[in-house]
Amino acid sequence: MSDQLADSAERLFASQVSKTVLQAADGGHWPAALWAAVEDTGYTAALLPEESGGFGASAAEAFGLVRVAAAHAAPIPLAETMLAGWLLARAGLPVPAGILTVAPVRRGPLALSGTGQGDAWHLAGTAARVPWGRQAAAIAVVAEGPEGPMVACVPAGSFAVAEGRSVANEPRDALTFDGPVTAGRSPISPEQLRAAGASLRTAQMAGALSRILAVCVAYVQTRVQFGRPIGKFQAIQQNMAVLAGQAAAAGAAADLAADAFAAGLDPFVVGAAKARAGEAASIVAGLAHQVHGAIGFTQEYELHHLTRRLWAWRDEFGNEAEWNALVGRGALAAGADGLWAKITDTMVTDAMITGAMITDAA
Amino acid sequence: MQNALAFAPPPPPSEATERLRAEVRAFVAAELADRTPQQRAASWSGRDRAFSRKMGERGWIGMTWPRQYGGHERSALERYVVLEEMLAAGAPVGYHWVADRQSGPNLLRNGTEEQRAAILPRIAAGECSFCIGMSEPDSGSDLAAARTRAQRVQGGWLVNGTKVWTSGAHEADYMILFCRTEAKSDTDRHAGASQFLVDMTKARGAGMTVSPIIDMRGEHHFNEVAIQDLFLPEDAILGREGDGWKQVTGELAYERSGPDRFLSSFTLLAEAVRALGPDAPERAAVALGRLTSHIIALRRLSRSVAGMLQAGEDPALQAALVKDLGNVLEQETVEVIRLVADVEPEDEAAEVLPSVLAHLVLTAPSFSLRGGTREILRGMIARGLGLR
Repeated sequence: MSDQLADSAERLFASQVSKTVLQAADGGHWPAALWAAVEDTGYTAALLPEESGGFGASAAEAFGLVRVAAAHAAPIPLAETMLAGWLLARAGLPVPAGILTVAPVRRGPLALSGTGQGDAWHLAGTAARVPWGRQAAAIAVVAEGPEGPMVACVPAGSFAVAEGRSVANEPRDALTFDGPVTAGRSPISPEQLRAAGASLRTAQMAGALSRILAVCVAYVQTRVQFGRPIGKFQAIQQNMAVLAGQAAAAGAAADLAADAFAAGLDPFVVGAAKARAGEAASIVAGLAHQVHGAIGFTQEYELHHLTRRLWAWRDEFGNEAEWNALVGRGALAAGADGLWAKITDTMVTDAMITGAMITDAA
Repeated sequence: MQNALAFAPPPPPSEATERLRAEVRAFVAAELADRTPQQRAASWSGRDRAFSRKMGERGWIGMTWPRQYGGHERSALERYVVLEEMLAAGAPVGYHWVADRQSGPNLLRNGTEEQRAAILPRIAAGECSFCIGMSEPDSGSDLAAARTRAQRVQGGWLVNGTKVWTSGAHEADYMILFCRTEAKSDTDRHAGASQFLVDMTKARGAGMTVSPIIDMRGEHHFNEVAIQDLFLPEDAILGREGDGWKQVTGELAYERSGPDRFLSSFTLLAEAVRALGPDAPERAAVALGRLTSHIIALRRLSRSVAGMLQAGEDPALQAALVKDLGNVLEQETVEVIRLVADVEPEDEAAEVLPSVLAHLVLTAPSFSLRGGTREILRGMIARGLGLR
């Protein structure tokens, strides 16, 4: 990500995501001022082509923004709005203003029927645990149509909402559709949406993990027990080193995910990235609470805003078991003699990214 | 991420690196067609002088070094491609590995013109093997406690002391010896140490006695090296007298960040994939997929360090992170595969998987010891985080 974009994102989220904002959001209040400030910057359009309102950011830059937002535990659907806009644009549909989200996040029956000739398409089915479903101005729903995958743009008010929430108290709502919708043919299948969502969750986990590392370092340097900062004890130092290693691995996973997003969402690469970051999230969340002791377990202290999000994100768009199974099937299909080539092919070249962009435009 | 531990984006693959990859694959496919999985399982502990010479002929040793010293002035990433392809194929690269990885770069940085001109071309040709004289009976992780002492005498130095766990000392042409050149200082533990370039072909039997230490698998890799009144000429000193600590720590990023720190169990993973086949049960797919995901992420981190080294940075902390994560993976690979494949380890068994598994069961404990123990690495990382 360009330093300038990263720096301004860091400044924005550092100033806007206060403890008050986090606690209010935790209690179910929509952080309208934060969202307005983020929308003003145009970050929500970071994955859009310029003709659809984007600002020419690369996928790596868009993912960088998501990482920064997650590092501050920003309680807003930045990743979801970016992703929904990208889906709609790819299907040739207009991208509505405001909060957007995507479905399905969990696998379930969603079907589009009709011909689209004259009359509209008909979308039916329930999508479980849709992030910020109740707040969204529209939902980008990927579903199988009669002739392949399609994206429907479903405006607020045209579906039923059963409210639910994540372990971080973010909205995760069950949405039931049964009505006419606008839809376009989609180059993105439901499984590719799953990979796209997984790649963004990977970036979010990496962002939160980098912030947790910083929070833990600061804490163990200041918390004094037995007459010295606890960070001076080897037992704590060893835990912190493990924590740093896992954060670094998640960072690499997020970079892989961003490259894979740009190059056409190879599920083998996205899966490896999501699974690796998810594993890191579990280890780091555990260690972070361990080094903090009881204070980290309180509502008052900031750590839980990050760790609870990790515990939600690692399960969404496929958990580690699901993605590792896919990676494992890929490895087994490649066979003993093809396994290494399968692994080296995961490194994306600039040429591949450029190639994918050209395919996008076509 | 703390700045001290930031990883730069790895240089992307290019047409040149991928062409080179294809060349290396074709080479190992032809050269190693008869190498059994059991032999491949030795990874970079496998030694074959003739193979090293062939790699030298191809220009695949000393790849990044200047041409005037027999190098090939290729990029760190091109070198990385050769290393990882060799390791993935279980190639017997042990004869030149240490020289190419760290002794050669040390000579390039700290050696005299004469030392460089005499030795680097031989390393690059695959005709020169190095060992590292660091550990001592009372100085393992605590390298600064080394007691081996070189004292000035007429025309050079006289060395006394004992080195242990010295891999390859029985075959190596040279040792880079770390020892004290001044008495211990109470104020600075790292002062007064130096490195020497020891011609092993002359030293063995002339003040140096190399005795095998057989490992628990029954193999002879490492040695005890007793040094008694070994005379080293003036020009045997490597770098500056008293700079030994600085020089030895300068080798660490080279020693710790490469693919040799996370691919030591790769043959086992590949053979498990072969044995389980495409219809493996779901829990095997999940387990093998997890190991593969780890390799993919580590490879990115490791390539990032290669790029940072090329850019002239000192990524010693990043290297420690890569090695620690890599060693955990190498050791977990053994535990994961024995459970999903349900085979018992049997060294030298006729069947491939039990035999490769036994090899790894019996060597894996060394992975998090050699090149810096897990605890030392984690201590370094903690220091990088500002905790020490």
